[in-house]
Amino acid sequence: MTTDGLSRRGFFGAAAAASAGTVVAGAATAEASAPPGENRVTVTVNGVRRELTVDPRVTLLDALRERLGLTGTKKGCDRGQCGACTVHVDGRRVVSCLTLVASVHRKEITTVEGLADGDELNPVQRAFIEHDAFQCGFCTSGQLMSAVAVLHEDRAHSDGEVREAMSGNICRCGAYPNIVAAIQQARGEM
Amino acid sequence: MHAFDFTATDNVNQALRLATADSAFLAGGTTLVDLMKLDVMTPRRVIDINGLDLHGITVGHNGLRIGAMARMADVATNPEVTRRYPVIAQALLLSASGQVRNMASVGGNLLQRTRCDYFRDVTTPCNKRTPGSGCPAQTGENRNHAILGTSTACVATHPSDLAVALVALGASVRLRSRDRTREIALDQFYRLPGDTPHLENRLRPGELITDVLVPALPWARRSTYLKIRDRSSFEFALTSAAVALDLRDGRVHSARIAVGGVGTRPWRLTVVEDALCGRRPTPENVQAAAARAADGARPLAHNAFKVTLIQRTITRAVLGLVRR
Repeated sequence: MTTDGLSRRGFFGAAAAASAGTVVAGAATAEASAPPGENRVTVTVNGVRRELTVDPRVTLLDALRERLGLTGTKKGCDRGQCGACTVHVDGRRVVSCLTLVASVHRKEITTVEGLADGDELNPVQRAFIEHDAFQCGFCTSGQLMSAVAVLHEDRAHSDGEVREAMSGNICRCGAYPNIVAAIQQARGEM
Repeated sequence: MHAFDFTATDNVNQALRLATADSAFLAGGTTLVDLMKLDVMTPRRVIDINGLDLHGITVGHNGLRIGAMARMADVATNPEVTRRYPVIAQALLLSASGQVRNMASVGGNLLQRTRCDYFRDVTTPCNKRTPGSGCPAQTGENRNHAILGTSTACVATHPSDLAVALVALGASVRLRSRDRTREIALDQFYRLPGDTPHLENRLRPGELITDVLVPALPWARRSTYLKIRDRSSFEFALTSAAVALDLRDGRVHSARIAVGGVGTRPWRLTVVEDALCGRRPTPENVQAAAARAADGARPLAHNAFKVTLIQRTITRAVLGLVRR
């Protein structure tokens, strides 16, 4: 992001909108019913109600990133095998790339953007920083969402159990030992 | 992904009415959405059945009943399932990842499709996906493929761990259509590929799995699922074994054994069970019984190791139970 807060996505989005004369993604839909072949979907994301009109093929991952501008959730493999797209649906961790957004109509979604309380980081986020649990950061959103869920489930306790519980999140940089250490630290602060 | 219309319902009868010749039911989506992205599955209508009231897990005198929409994670962590049928809980916990287990339904798990790379790649021939187009796996990449139940048309492995555990326990599935409800033993539900590999099971068009029924089996408390694979987690089996043992006076009174990773369908091994019954479960006796698993095995160029590995898997699983 540039020093004046402009991201590449924001720049291109604004430029496209200017030339197309339409409003960029995320606007609330009007009262009219959905066009043929599309579905109206209402989801609550990080506590905020959002309304979308989508082709049924749109995944929750693409809806979050492309329609709602919440780019914290990452697309790694787009086939449910890397965990970078992990979010919570009604409090349970899922891979959003294999979730059709139409199938989470009226559900509560939590993304990585919803972990912090304003400027106050979640204990898991703080622990990740303190333990250097990320390098490139691409898997990190998914790791955090998974870790928070693992701690809430409260079934994995030893390092081995934590590793097993986190096996749906892969990290090409190999930050695994630090991720496990961060989770163990955060457990004490939950 | 090909276009489809999407509708959701919370009523079983409505779901059955909505079904068409080219519709698909959507449960967890971990098979359907994955394969739709690859254009391997192309339903024109997707019917979201997550709202159906089929989530219950109940244990009683008749055994265990699992609603088809129960999530893998919920069955895996159910205390009664863990206590009375540990092989089921273990098979589930050794499957997939935490995220996938939260999404995936039991019914969907039983209906998941093979991981064969040729099946999953629409640019290659595949008799299962496109009948008559050929089977590249016969002479191609077949390390993960089957050694039991294969045909010249198809050698694809059935990937479900849960199905192996359930077949070992003699489970059945309840199927509902607009006209009637029927039950079929899971072992009968799955089909061998033969020359019709595109027909994987006995589910009829417009039929829905509503429940999985596991008979009461007190000695299933002594059961286990052993999964052998290249990675330690989040990977399908090279070989696996579901075993339950009824030990009395130091001998195997009864046994239930089924294997995965090696069959074109979950593979119950009554020959191994029979070879064990009445015997003391010493390493020698167990190995001798396990050797029967290789009867009729047809290895391919890259999976001959499975012939030995499956025997060792069974042996280790049985001996591990004996030591408890």
